[in-house]
Amino acid sequence: MHAHNPSARAQRRWRATLWSIVAIIVLAIALPSISYVMAQTSGAYGGQRDFTEDRATNPRSDMWRDAREGSGGYTTQTGPYITNTMISNVGENWRQIRTGPLVTYGGWALVVVLALISLFAVVKGRIRIEGGRSGMTVERWKAYERFLHWFTALSFVVLAITGLSLLFGRYVLIPLFGHSGFATYAQFAYNVHNALGLFFSVAVLLMIVLWIRHNIPNKTDLQWFRQGGGIIGNKHPSAGKVNGGEKVWFWLGVVVLGLTVIISGFILLFPNMGFQTREIMAWSQVVHAVAALVWIALFFGHAYIGTIGTEGAFEGMARGRVDTNWAKQHHDLWYEEIVAKGEKPVPEDELRRQKEAPPVRVEGQTGH
Amino acid sequence: MARMKFLCDAERCIECQACVTACKNEHEVPWGVNRRRVIVMNDGRPGEKSVSVACMHCTDAPCAAVCPVDCFYTTADGIVLHDKDLCIGCGYCFYACPFGAPQFPQQTAFGVRGKMDKCTFCAGGPETAGSRAELIKYGTNRVAEGKLPLCAEMCATKALLAGDGDIVADIYRKRVMTRGGRPQTWGWQAAYGEDA
Repeated sequence: MHAHNPSARAQRRWRATLWSIVAIIVLAIALPSISYVMAQTSGAYGGQRDFTEDRATNPRSDMWRDAREGSGGYTTQTGPYITNTMISNVGENWRQIRTGPLVTYGGWALVVVLALISLFAVVKGRIRIEGGRSGMTVERWKAYERFLHWFTALSFVVLAITGLSLLFGRYVLIPLFGHSGFATYAQFAYNVHNALGLFFSVAVLLMIVLWIRHNIPNKTDLQWFRQGGGIIGNKHPSAGKVNGGEKVWFWLGVVVLGLTVIISGFILLFPNMGFQTREIMAWSQVVHAVAALVWIALFFGHAYIGTIGTEGAFEGMARGRVDTNWAKQHHDLWYEEIVAKGEKPVPEDELRRQKEAPPVRVEGQTGH
Repeated sequence: MARMKFLCDAERCIECQACVTACKNEHEVPWGVNRRRVIVMNDGRPGEKSVSVACMHCTDAPCAAVCPVDCFYTTADGIVLHDKDLCIGCGYCFYACPFGAPQFPQQTAFGVRGKMDKCTFCAGGPETAGSRAELIKYGTNRVAEGKLPLCAEMCATKALLAGDGDIVADIYRKRVMTRGGRPQTWGWQAAYGEDA
């Protein structure tokens, strides 16, 4: 009678497991091999029969596969819209994106951004000039800068409305105006969008060149962002002529999105350049629309902050002069800098008097 | 209701371009606009195959899906047509179409293309059937006269078939059953040998 030995029992179990695994592996190889050997020896399936001729790829199928994958053939027909491709695959992919996520997410993104800005306006209200207006103004934007700004702004709005009409009109405007009503407008919008786009591009490029010197990022901007731009909280971070937020609008909006929209727009605008395949045109359209939608969303923010969002900001771009208290509050470093340079704040009354009665009239000029 | 379809039998098409010529002449299609074209795969090599391609009148047409002014419509016969009075010439249908069917009279700067033109399955457009306005904008309306597209009617080898999809499919199925599915048993290789 053996004593109860736990270690011997564990060993036995271990050995049994091991042998079972070996048996499974051996049988897994042996059992299918048996049928193979039997088939070979019995000759039931013709042992040496060669299947290669029957199973060779149909040579015709390679040609159809090529055609399906969009490879080109030869065609005698000529014309600007003739392609030698039998089946082009880009269209269906482009269609899925354009009529799917682009319209759905793009549309909702604009609605959500507008809603968020409205909510912010209600919650936060207008940012007032601290301590009220001083009645003294300094020059902020010169006449040519304001002209450039407003030309670009007006073009932007017209391009945005016409562009959005072409993207969303089918879903939003056709139910309102009907097919022929919308088509008449769409033809007009299409032509306006295409003609104005070129002038807008020139204005944006000019803007980049003229204002890049104001928009070089510096340490002040970091501090500005750390304090949430003064929008969140009550602190007023320091800023030069252009604050951190405006620099983001400049670099992300005007430079990155602007150039993206201009380049993709150029490709779409001049299909006669010769390099535009259907792939290039379709993807340019997607790039153009996505960049424009993001730009429009950012524009909503820019327009809100520059008009109803901030008291005293709009007049800087409207008449070029801002109240000194506004300048001290929002662009303190810039204000100190121009005062140090010798710029003298002018009282409002004096400006008004100058306007009503121009002091000197040039000799020989006729007036009434 | 019939569902109209084109089918080009690549084993019969001999690249004679009669379909292209018939179409151009029947509809007085302007120079540079090609409603139908013949594409040759492996041109000049043994086993080359040609196929006549035009608008395939898709059931779920990509051109119609991307059109910003929604100018496309499908007739009761399954023919995809468009309204030139609505078309703004944006070119989107041309980018979306897998077959390169939509054509435009111009390709100039500022995206000016003119009104899109494409194969109508000889079924005209939204104007009154047989009217002068329809003839000028869309060409003749043979379907309204009970005739099939002229390209297929003209086809000497009956490679290009047009008509009710069920009948076209039956004809093609009979051909395949008769001649076999594999080119080893007939056609070029059978006549001239594998290496020819």
